[in-house]
Amino acid sequence: MAKMNPEDIKVILATDCGSTTTKAILIEKRDGEYRLIVRGEAPTTVEAPFEDVTKGVLNAVGEVEELSGRKLLDENEKIISPANGNIGTDVYISTSSAGGGLQMMVAGVVRSMTVESAERAALGAGAIVMDVIASNDKRLPHQQIERIRHLRPDMILLSGGIDGGTTTHVVEIAELISAADPKPRLGSGYRLPVIYAGNKDATGAVKETLEQKVDLRTVPNIRPVLERENLGPAREEIHELFMEHVMAQAPGYKKLMSWTDAPIMPTPGAVGLIIKIIADMEGIEAVGVDIGGATTDVFSVFRPEGAEGVFNRTVSANLGMSYSISNVFAEATLPMVMRWAPFRMDERDLRNRVKNKMIRPTTIPQSIEELIFEQAIAKEALRLAFIQHKSFATVLKGIQQQRTIADAFEQTASGATIVNMMSLNILVGSGGVLSHAPRRQQAALMLIDAFLPEGITRLAVDSIFMMPQLGVLSTVQKQAATEVFNKDCLIHLGVCVAPAGEIKKPGPAMNYKINLPDGKIESGTLNYGQMRLIKLGLDEKGNPLKAKAELEPLRGLDLGHGKGAKVETELTGGVTGIILDGRGRPFILPEDDKIRVEKLKEWMLELDIYSKSALER
Amino acid sequence: MGHAYTPGLKVTDKILIKKNRILPLKGEVIVKKGDLVKPDDVIARTHLPGPVEPFNVANILGLPPEDIEEAMLKKQGDTVSEGEIIARSKSFFGLFKSECRAKASGTVESISHVTGQVLLRGRPIPVEVKAYITGEVVEIFEKEGVAISTWGSFIQGIFGIGGETHGEIKTVVPDNTAILTDQFINADCKGKVIVGGSMVTADAIKKAAKVGAAGVVIGGFDDKDLRDFLGYDLGVAITGSEEIGITLIVTEGFGQINMAQRTFDLLKSKEGKLACINGATQIRAGVIRPEVIIPFDGDIRAKQKDADFREMGLGIGSPVRVIRHPHFGKLGSVTDLPAPLMKLESESHARVLEVEFKDGSRAVVPRANVEMIES
Repeated sequence: MAKMNPEDIKVILATDCGSTTTKAILIEKRDGEYRLIVRGEAPTTVEAPFEDVTKGVLNAVGEVEELSGRKLLDENEKIISPANGNIGTDVYISTSSAGGGLQMMVAGVVRSMTVESAERAALGAGAIVMDVIASNDKRLPHQQIERIRHLRPDMILLSGGIDGGTTTHVVEIAELISAADPKPRLGSGYRLPVIYAGNKDATGAVKETLEQKVDLRTVPNIRPVLERENLGPAREEIHELFMEHVMAQAPGYKKLMSWTDAPIMPTPGAVGLIIKIIADMEGIEAVGVDIGGATTDVFSVFRPEGAEGVFNRTVSANLGMSYSISNVFAEATLPMVMRWAPFRMDERDLRNRVKNKMIRPTTIPQSIEELIFEQAIAKEALRLAFIQHKSFATVLKGIQQQRTIADAFEQTASGATIVNMMSLNILVGSGGVLSHAPRRQQAALMLIDAFLPEGITRLAVDSIFMMPQLGVLSTVQKQAATEVFNKDCLIHLGVCVAPAGEIKKPGPAMNYKINLPDGKIESGTLNYGQMRLIKLGLDEKGNPLKAKAELEPLRGLDLGHGKGAKVETELTGGVTGIILDGRGRPFILPEDDKIRVEKLKEWMLELDIYSKSALER
Repeated sequence: MGHAYTPGLKVTDKILIKKNRILPLKGEVIVKKGDLVKPDDVIARTHLPGPVEPFNVANILGLPPEDIEEAMLKKQGDTVSEGEIIARSKSFFGLFKSECRAKASGTVESISHVTGQVLLRGRPIPVEVKAYITGEVVEIFEKEGVAISTWGSFIQGIFGIGGETHGEIKTVVPDNTAILTDQFINADCKGKVIVGGSMVTADAIKKAAKVGAAGVVIGGFDDKDLRDFLGYDLGVAITGSEEIGITLIVTEGFGQINMAQRTFDLLKSKEGKLACINGATQIRAGVIRPEVIIPFDGDIRAKQKDADFREMGLGIGSPVRVIRHPHFGKLGSVTDLPAPLMKLESESHARVLEVEFKDGSRAVVPRANVEMIES
């Protein structure tokens, strides 16, 4: 298709080819704004008996045609372009995670330095990192060779050393890769791509070692100096190889690639992109989480000390709500899951229920008890995934910090996390358990209990998981992507106001005065250990209502402006509203079982999480 | 989406079974098309590249990497034995000598003048692929393996542990509701595939492994017992490579659940026959379920009429099993399939069906929470 001027794009068709479902969305510019028109889906057809991804795409597009009345496919099943009246689309784009997505191995010298930078580049590009091989990962060289040989990744990213530094160690790792003689996962007719992004002085020796065995690509060093990462070139090369090798090998993708107006992106890479764009446009800090059946992805953009937005993505490979549910249970432990349940359950029975969900992953909770239990597990899966994310999203490690006397009181250690819950502006959840929770406030409470936001934090969920399509759309028409993201993709849940800090004795935690848009004033004192819900919904256009608020944390608690400092701000509502969370941070549930259950019921009733009858049984 | 329900597990008396038996790397196929094979017959073999043992000769000899070429007594491609001297540094006026001995037998694969590292590749590891089932070789994949086909009974389990094995079927419990305890197991179970009822205890499975039983086929298994038996908590359902000396196949799920009557009856009717079983389970894209294959006696090449086996849609009267609480494990038949979404007790909206259980009681359950019982 001919390239179009972004301003002329009126109709957009986008698909996301997931491992089980292919989702298509149709976006149109009506009355000067881009809006989602319809959505269709069909089973993905990468595996036998179809083995052609385009069949699933055509089926999903066919559903969009039926629902929208817009003719998108011609008699030869080709996408009609450009749009003319009620026929065709101006742009067709796609993302893909079908066939296992992009699977990479990362190798390098020092685990916490260059290798971590390489891992960040691979994850940021949307890859699943199968393993990380480092000179200092405590495995013996022959074990590392065995591991590399068995993995069969789509590609390897090799890093190591700063420019001008020692070359020996990175060449040693290259020798291990050469000895393993790794083969690519898909296709037997080509050599495994290896991207070298290490010390430029070692390029020659790495070439000599690997060139005969692999398809070697060289890009500028990912860590040219200790103090700076340069992830861009490696990420771009990953995307290029993804298109060139991985996508080209998957059944039907060559055809799909010829249809799209922009390169096909790996699904998580596209999600990361839209989150980064939104955060950068508004100059805010954002965390996004996508909890799936097998894995949980966490994306974040933080601005440590006012710096440019730093993007991070982590994948918790075995934390999910169906295939991996048993692992959540094993990692979190039973007491940690059950602390969220306002009733007792038999351990043996619970364990069997979890395993039965694992072996029959498509089942859904029918009883309220099962729903409560599933949401308790979700809180733990999210909590664990976020712990992993925090330990990965750090300032660069291995750098000597220059300190002045003023810094002595504010120790930002090398390798400290850049995740700051107090400065975080928005928390966006995605994935079945959050997006399809029967009551929206359940999603809000899952996010709050798992992430424990501090200060004032907006909460939202992705309505139908269209962040991937919007991510790739942003590369073609940024305005369309952001408009649809704000108006159709996000369901604004509301805002959480949580004063941080601990108080030993019960009593007042915060005074509040909120001027609601209807003229009503909600004011009062929130006690320590109490939660309150104040309704502040959406306007007739579906945009969240706003309310001016005066918030005064008491007894040394903090809302982000210092201990006890009063905050005057505007709160953003949503389908749930304003949640005042006086449980303190760090938040610790009462140890006494009876008190814990009482408090859980009190919070759940106040926030209308479950029906009264469900909690009183 | 077309199917809101889970397609059921296959339990069939007569079906044409075809199994591809493929080498991990290209090698030699040693049977030919039309050959009749037994489970333990080797059908293809190859050699995996030997393990690599790297060691830094430059460090051992105290030489700069660029000098090790001179010190090497063995060159690239040379064969060495364990303990053999492969490099020696030049002596200082003949007074000091440093030597480097091979840590393993193998071939010198590479000598690096950049890192001083020498890679020794060990002897190739032979790998054989067996037939796994009794049958006829119907297709040869050159240098890769074969397809073997047989007529037989086929039962898919829901979850298993342990790999491929085979043995005669031995039903040790009176009916499909009985719990398989260690009291049912004795020395006669050696080499057998034991069929139990609603659950197997941890003690029973341990005893079965101890007496050398090939496998156990059972309705349910308690997760706590699974943990006790494996010694760890299974996080993700990817199994088959456990080295536990026995293969376990669970037909219904976790907990005490009666083995479906039809499955039990089919197994019981095959008492004393050879069963080829595999516990390998993978519940993700490209689902793999554990299986019991009972090849027919007699001429397995006979062109019989295939049991009419196809995936049917869900309709009124379809036999189903509920696969989630609160009616988990109950069998019944569909009495109604209302089209609109309905609100569940959990307040989710989902497509549902009405099912009548064997005892005449009825319940409404989400379609996602039943599986078809296929015949």
